[in-house]
Amino acid sequence: MKKFLTIALVIALVAIGIVACGGEEKTPTPAPVSVEGGLPASAMEIAAARGLTPDDIAAALKTYTPSGKVDEYLLFMSGGHSGNVIVAGIPSMRILKNIAVFTPESWQGYGFGSRESEQILDAGNVNGVKIRMGDTHHPALSETNGDYDGEYLFINDKTHARVAVVDLRDFETKQIVKDPLLISAHGSTFVTPNTEYVVQASQYNTPLGWEYAPISEYKEKYRGTITFWKFDRSKGRILPEESFAVEIPPYWQDLCDAGKLASDGWAFCNSFNSELYTGGVAQGNPPFEAGVSQRDMDYLHIVNWKRAEEVIKAGKYETLKGMKVIRIPTAAAEGVLYLAPEPKSPHGVDVSPDGKYIVVAGKLDPHVTVYSIDKIKQAIADKKWTTDDYGIPVLDFDAVMHAQVELGLGPLHTQFDDQGYAYTSLFLDSAIARWKLGGDDPSAYALVEKTPVQYNVGHIAAAEGDTVSPDGKYLVALNKWAVDRFAPVGPLLPQNIQLLDISSGQMKVIYDMPMGIGEPHYAQIIKTDKIKAWDVYPEVGWDPIAQAPSKYATKAGEERVVRNGNQVEIFMTSIRSRLTPDHIEIKKGDHVIWHITNIETAKDATHGFQLGGYNISLSIEPGETTTFEFEAVNDGVFAFYCTEFCSALHLEMMGYMFVQP
Amino acid sequence: MTADMEKLLGPRVPADELKAHRTRYLIPTLIFAAAAILIVISMFLPYWSLTLHAPQYPQGLKVVAYVNQLQGDVAEIDGLNHYIGMRRLEEAAQFEMQVSIFAITGIALLILAAIFVHNWWAALLALPGLLLPFFFLADLQFWLANFGQNLDPTAPLSSSVKPFVPPALGVGKIAQFRTEAYPEIGLWLAFVASALILIGLYFHRRAYKPLVDAQKQAAKAVERA
Repeated sequence: MKKFLTIALVIALVAIGIVACGGEEKTPTPAPVSVEGGLPASAMEIAAARGLTPDDIAAALKTYTPSGKVDEYLLFMSGGHSGNVIVAGIPSMRILKNIAVFTPESWQGYGFGSRESEQILDAGNVNGVKIRMGDTHHPALSETNGDYDGEYLFINDKTHARVAVVDLRDFETKQIVKDPLLISAHGSTFVTPNTEYVVQASQYNTPLGWEYAPISEYKEKYRGTITFWKFDRSKGRILPEESFAVEIPPYWQDLCDAGKLASDGWAFCNSFNSELYTGGVAQGNPPFEAGVSQRDMDYLHIVNWKRAEEVIKAGKYETLKGMKVIRIPTAAAEGVLYLAPEPKSPHGVDVSPDGKYIVVAGKLDPHVTVYSIDKIKQAIADKKWTTDDYGIPVLDFDAVMHAQVELGLGPLHTQFDDQGYAYTSLFLDSAIARWKLGGDDPSAYALVEKTPVQYNVGHIAAAEGDTVSPDGKYLVALNKWAVDRFAPVGPLLPQNIQLLDISSGQMKVIYDMPMGIGEPHYAQIIKTDKIKAWDVYPEVGWDPIAQAPSKYATKAGEERVVRNGNQVEIFMTSIRSRLTPDHIEIKKGDHVIWHITNIETAKDATHGFQLGGYNISLSIEPGETTTFEFEAVNDGVFAFYCTEFCSALHLEMMGYMFVQP
Repeated sequence: MTADMEKLLGPRVPADELKAHRTRYLIPTLIFAAAAILIVISMFLPYWSLTLHAPQYPQGLKVVAYVNQLQGDVAEIDGLNHYIGMRRLEEAAQFEMQVSIFAITGIALLILAAIFVHNWWAALLALPGLLLPFFFLADLQFWLANFGQNLDPTAPLSSSVKPFVPPALGVGKIAQFRTEAYPEIGLWLAFVASALILIGLYFHRRAYKPLVDAQKQAAKAVERA
């Protein structure tokens, strides 16, 4: 017995010894500071040496994000006439990504040969003209029950009336659709509460569908639309054939918003040229800026899109250039379209989180004007309306207007928080106004405070501040002018994107972020943990457009070159640190179709690919299969190589393409 | 039961003796059965893991060994190993992995068989089960040495990473990687089974030795007569 027990004991000791060896050696992490202990003297010395005020120190502590820590929120900003979307973190305001959408971008391999990106961009070509730029204005994150779901992002191109879809699994553009009726469209993109539709409104009206008509026929022939682009979430695509448009008068529409909760089924768009002014400076007329600003009231457009769906289903539409259009007389007669007076050339129309109130920011009027959806519905039921020159019901202003608050000069755009406050940018005052939403009681609506921002603030974005459940905490002011805020970089200055702390008491600017790669117009702020982005593509040999395995996927060992007449098809793989095959033999005049599969599975093991002399630049993320094509117009010996410093042997990751004369 | 069978399998327990001392005979039976069950369960669990730590892999790279397969970041580790000229991990211990399920099932059956063998042959039947975890570790160390010692001399990093022997257990260092190799739950179960077999053999001996001795005495008595 004793002997056996001894042996058992030895085994147990060996086991314990093995476990004990397994203890990980970890470097101790410094302890966080405590309120009682206060800041170390060295921190106060730094603050004093840099001349920081207590507010500066508080701002620094609120925004500094230690190495390795991830931001709480993501900020999706339009890039303006850079034609892209910029993603940054909040509160650090670090730029994380510049998503190429309408403009080619070589680092992402977007629009420099890759067949996938060229096809997306070509779908946005306009009447046979190759378009490789855009003017992005208003990003819209997809929503479920009026709240961001983190799946898709929509972004418009004002210049060409286009809408793009970005898939937030890989943060890449998947689709561009061109509105066949409009030249340009500003009031876009806004999604309905379950992303049934992406709403887009025209701005500078023209004859619909690329027709010609002289400006003298403006009132009769020029028109706009509010387009409802149907989105298919399972496909991740807009379906133009299931989309429709509501024809509207040439009042120069501005921003829109989709109703939610109490106002679900409705959409609202502002306008600023109810004057129907047509310019003509050379004929002695005032310039547009004066001509369109004569009347004290313009028209809030109110669209019942659920009613519009029924009208479409009933077949009461015309098809113009492939788009179903509900004409103005039908829209007016069928209860699809109403107008309501609004002061004066307003910019933003924003629906409150409960969906009950619609806030119109006056721009040329110092008020925000609050409409009630209940009062709108009541006025419609009571037929309290006159009609405009196009026969559209114009609801009685006093019947639908719920409250007005005087905020200051140039109110542009409104966001909301979780404390019952609204925030409105004041362009001329260069300030943000915080004001109380008074609910049912019109007299309870009141200005609370204003805080200056630097300078000429356009849109603002609060954390999830245009959803059914805003978070408060942070507000971003998208300022148009930076003037003196940054070191000199020549006459084209960065935009100044400012972060404000709105969590308590007085609003405070806590960060100035120079934006030197675009002009953000609007932005949305989403909680980081709502984004479920992939680390690498789900399978090696992935087609990121179909979001499915690619038929051109090439496995290690199956690399090959297939010649068929003068067409050469190459199946290549990339992995640290080689491109296989590394010799490509072709002849001048060959048509080359070249597939590359990045067979890496490790996070961040992206390989780039550039082929000098043929304008090819690719970014092939782990698992991705991509394709490019070209005519071998020049003979010679060409080098291709991996452009992303991928490993210690990155420089060795190259190959030669021999083009025989 | 014939006398020949008793000679081979050891003496049977008389019915009245079994009735009188049921626990004495039940204990080795239960312990052996438990050991066999643990070994069978262990086949479906990981036996060993190797984790590689380097600055650019903050989560580490982990390869997990089952008796019949490798799992985890095998592709990534293979990718890195090509720099030092190490063969692909799937080439290691191919024979062992192919036969492991049959062999270990056999080992478990032998342990169960030992329950019914009441002489010293029982120890022999239980021996493979007793040695299983030690054999696993020895074979592992053999393959680690085999791989570490046979690096492709034309590999890119052959001048800076010389042939080496990674430890089967504990901490090692290869280029910028710190390696940590530990037993996993399957191997622990095999060790527990090993210990159970030892203990079971003790109780087996305590139960059946008197019967064997009595049998021998009786045989001698017959001879003398």
